[in-house]
Amino acid sequence: MNLHAVRAIYLFELHRTWRTLFQSIASPVISTSLYLVVFGAAIGPRLAEVGGVPYGAYIVPGLILLAVLTESVSNASFGIYLPRFTGTIYEVLSAPVSVAEVLLGYVGAAATKSLMLGLVILATARLFVPFSIAHPVEMLGFLMLISVSFCLLGFLLGIWADGFERLQVVPMLVLTPLTFLGGTFYSLDMLPPVWRTVSLFNPIAYLVDGFRWTFYGVAVIDVRVSLAITLALLAACLTAIVVIFRTGHRLRA
Amino acid sequence: MDSPPPILSITGLTKTYASGQTALAGVDLSIRRGEIFALLGPNGAGKTTLIGAVCGLVRPSAGRIVADGHDVERDFRAARSRIGLVPQELATDMFETVWATVNFSRGLFGRRADSGHVERVLRELSLWEKKDAVISSLSGGMKRRVLIAKALAHEPTILFLDEPTAGVDVELRRDMWAMVRRLRGQGVTIILTTHYIEEAEEMADRIGIINRGRLVLVEEKEALMARFGRTRLSINLKAPLVALPPGWGDVELSADGTTLSVVQAGAGAGEPDIAALFRRVAAAGLEIAGVTTTRSSLEDIFVELVGTPAEDLP
Repeated sequence: MNLHAVRAIYLFELHRTWRTLFQSIASPVISTSLYLVVFGAAIGPRLAEVGGVPYGAYIVPGLILLAVLTESVSNASFGIYLPRFTGTIYEVLSAPVSVAEVLLGYVGAAATKSLMLGLVILATARLFVPFSIAHPVEMLGFLMLISVSFCLLGFLLGIWADGFERLQVVPMLVLTPLTFLGGTFYSLDMLPPVWRTVSLFNPIAYLVDGFRWTFYGVAVIDVRVSLAITLALLAACLTAIVVIFRTGHRLRA
Repeated sequence: MDSPPPILSITGLTKTYASGQTALAGVDLSIRRGEIFALLGPNGAGKTTLIGAVCGLVRPSAGRIVADGHDVERDFRAARSRIGLVPQELATDMFETVWATVNFSRGLFGRRADSGHVERVLRELSLWEKKDAVISSLSGGMKRRVLIAKALAHEPTILFLDEPTAGVDVELRRDMWAMVRRLRGQGVTIILTTHYIEEAEEMADRIGIINRGRLVLVEEKEALMARFGRTRLSINLKAPLVALPPGWGDVELSADGTTLSVVQAGAGAGEPDIAALFRRVAAAGLEIAGVTTTRSSLEDIFVELVGTPAEDLP
């Protein structure tokens, strides 16, 4: 194991985060805070409780995931796309490193940042709406799994993309709608049966529901199913990345 | 006489790209430990593909590469940790400092942090004063030095320089040549590709000429110059000659009748028989206006072998 390389890539990537701190941490925190001000503090008290949870608190887990998913994908994709774009990727490709080491470095750094972002938003949310966390260990576990999975997805996107446009399209046009429609602002039980069934094809619905369970102990879907879907997502991304490196697709000529 | 094992051995290396274009068509090449080897060839000849295959940027279609005793595919960690690559393109992390990026390279190649070594490398490349500068603020020549520093950060024994002096001013080119010689003095084997034939002529111990994915020739520079080189003696006459005197078959007369020349094969191996030509010119009562000798350059040899003048290369 080339631990020096893992460390070098990891620190390099975290340093990039530090350099772009405002864009990568402050802006998602601000936008999430705006949601909380409007839906949590202003409108929330006038809305009915959902599954016994006040509305303002109900939307907190979904909002955290909205920011974490979007940032994980865009940060991890940028992390690997940028060296491809500037040509500095030659160095990683010619270095004595395995796929596992490259992933540990790049995805590890991106996931660290997502986790930090999730926790910062969690703490910020507490300033706007009161809530408590029923299963804190499971909450952290879910957040970590989800961060890693979506950083892997972002890494894949960064390898697949052949322009900056694609890097932005996926988080904006795929992830954000799926998260909104995945029950961030409502319970799937509130939907007409047809749309409820349609929602179950949205993998993010399981993540939001499972993550919310760790906060309030209420879930529409069995939390074990949500966990299984999260793990399946992680496995699928990992497999795809290993195949890409094996075949050299888009990386090696 | 037993020759020591080569530091880099390439056998049957073939690369056909997905587009169907064959970049390398069965290349066999052995690089000797400690030499400076220049790979010459027109654009698209396969130079960069060859380097890419050794360094892990290109997946060979067939063939085997052994670097310092390690197969570059099966034993890629050991092989790659011995190789340094300075790419042709100026690809750098624009927002990092020189110090951070060179230390990153050392770690990436599996070496423990060693600020002493990194400092030595930066000083040798006259980059020490710029160590805290952000790379985007450096000139093109300085960026190229940074790339060299990155390639040397992990103390490689084989260094590839892909067009190291392309777009570099004369002074920096001289500096770079001096640095390459110093590195060889430290035991580093250097393989460089270049468009500048004078560079190969100035630097290399051996020269390989590649064209259309095949190695046309690999030879000691001196031997190459001796084998293919020519020395030409030209005498300018004060008054033009209408025709050559009888028995002067070995002498050329220019169309305007003012220049006589003789050519001898083997540049550096001996001068044409200058005295004999002078005696004949004096005996014929011709008055001499000037004398020049020219030796063919590697460039002429290159043109002869590849069939394309270097300046016509794309």
